[in-house]
Amino acid sequence: MAKRGFDIRRQTGFTTIAMACFFMLYMPIILLVVYSFNSGSSIAIWEGFSWRWYVSAWENEQVQEATVRSLIIAVWAAGISTTVAVLAALATTRTRKFKGQSVVFAMINQPLMVPEIVTAVALLIFFAMIKVATGYTGLLYLIMAHSAFCIPFAYLPIRARLQGMDLSLEQAAADLYATPYQVFRRITLPQLWPGILAGAMLAFVISLDDVVITEFVKSAGQDTLPTYMLGQLRRVVTPEINAISTVLLAISVTLVIAFTILSKRKT
Amino acid sequence: MAGQATSQDQAAARRRWLLLAPALTILVFAASGPLLITLVYSFLAPGAFGGVEWEFSTDAWFNVILQRDIFEDTLGWSDAHLSIFWRSVKLSLMTTLVCLILGFPTAYFIATRPKSQRELWMLLIIIPFWTNLLIRTFAILELIRNEGTVNSVLIGLGVIDEPIQMLFTEFAIIIGMVYVYLPLMVLPIYASMERLNFSLVEAGYDLYATRFQVLRRVILPLVKPGVIAGSILVFVPSLGAYVTPRVMGGGNQLMIGNLIELQFGQGRNWPLGAALSITLLAIVMVALILYVRAAGDEDVRHG
Repeated sequence: MAKRGFDIRRQTGFTTIAMACFFMLYMPIILLVVYSFNSGSSIAIWEGFSWRWYVSAWENEQVQEATVRSLIIAVWAAGISTTVAVLAALATTRTRKFKGQSVVFAMINQPLMVPEIVTAVALLIFFAMIKVATGYTGLLYLIMAHSAFCIPFAYLPIRARLQGMDLSLEQAAADLYATPYQVFRRITLPQLWPGILAGAMLAFVISLDDVVITEFVKSAGQDTLPTYMLGQLRRVVTPEINAISTVLLAISVTLVIAFTILSKRKT
Repeated sequence: MAGQATSQDQAAARRRWLLLAPALTILVFAASGPLLITLVYSFLAPGAFGGVEWEFSTDAWFNVILQRDIFEDTLGWSDAHLSIFWRSVKLSLMTTLVCLILGFPTAYFIATRPKSQRELWMLLIIIPFWTNLLIRTFAILELIRNEGTVNSVLIGLGVIDEPIQMLFTEFAIIIGMVYVYLPLMVLPIYASMERLNFSLVEAGYDLYATRFQVLRRVILPLVKPGVIAGSILVFVPSLGAYVTPRVMGGGNQLMIGNLIELQFGQGRNWPLGAALSITLLAIVMVALILYVRAAGDEDVRHG
């Protein structure tokens, strides 16, 4: 004991930097939320509390349409990507190395590795070809694009859950003459459920937040909430944008906390 | 018996590909397929009003870094493109460096908390990461704009008379990217730091090492994979950033992502845009391969 109270874990200045980091991460977001309640039309000078910008966002028709569109796309994208991710996870987990495995993993993870702008441009080019050929300009393009880049986010938690699962219950069920479908429905699915829910929530958040790919894929008049906001940033910004941001933030934070709790749960 | 085993294997393989088919179909349709078409487009000639003419041409690839002088018909470097490439690499490297300087101590701080607290601290890092990138960029924009909080406070305190122009500069882009990508640095460093065996640190002190020596000779080598992973995770999205330079740079300080967008908007040169996209992708892939190599070597050494 050379020095009493000598903490081997301490590094000079590290705690200060860490605290500065947390402050830096949260201070802008907190200010953003605070000014969404500003009664004046400035986003830097506080004039008093009011709900006025929430009311004005709520009554703004463009915001309403963009919100509905964002939700439709996110629900479909989360549903589709989670469904196919469950199937893909069942095929690739708890199995020996198979032929083409690395190609499959590369394809599933592609949306995570390729820069978003590159995917966005590629989809713009491809969908432009289809638009010319078919004349269809509906929401399906956005739903397809979102489903694709949500797949890895849905796949990873489901796969993690599946890997931690014991095979013996399923083998026992099979020994008792359960059909493969019954085994899946009665044994695998109930155990897998938290992973599926976690994957779906992650996919939903990712789809709801996407800017770049949506900006390039959308046809005229197909703004989602984020692309609407991006367009508004070019004009004079009022706290209405803060109000919309606050609502989106609340949704994301709630889902992320729920996701964390779900994926920590052991059974 | 052998015959039965192979037919069972075949059945299992068939089942596996059936289960994979829906996911792979979507991915081929909306991820890998379009990427291949982009590669093809980069070898075509631009159409007059956007789109392409279906004739083979390598002009787009020439134009990525070269340009033909229309008066003298000589080839020269495309200064505009090269300066944008240079800015992208420079700003991404600086972002990575700042993230490392801030993120490493933060990860260390979290890893040295009592076990029960660590998850809460990590949640504080993860929450901003999963919130909308545009909203976070907007939050930092509000902070540093001329009428923003930082300038208002500084003027209020009498430190400055005129607002400092921070927005629409390279500085603003770096601030924005650091703010947005910092969690990507903290996460992997924390992951390798959490496994750090502190008895090695103690041994270092027993051998009369100073705090800095322990940090440099004991801790840093052990968490190096996390540091490399974090740096790559920050560098790669910074290089391809589109939203942050657009919002914080205000259209004056273009990065590769914005240059690509121009080719599909005002510039109307789709093959050039495709070639630039593939170039960006190639740089990112090289970075990722270097990372996998580095991580692989590390595994071998630690046995």
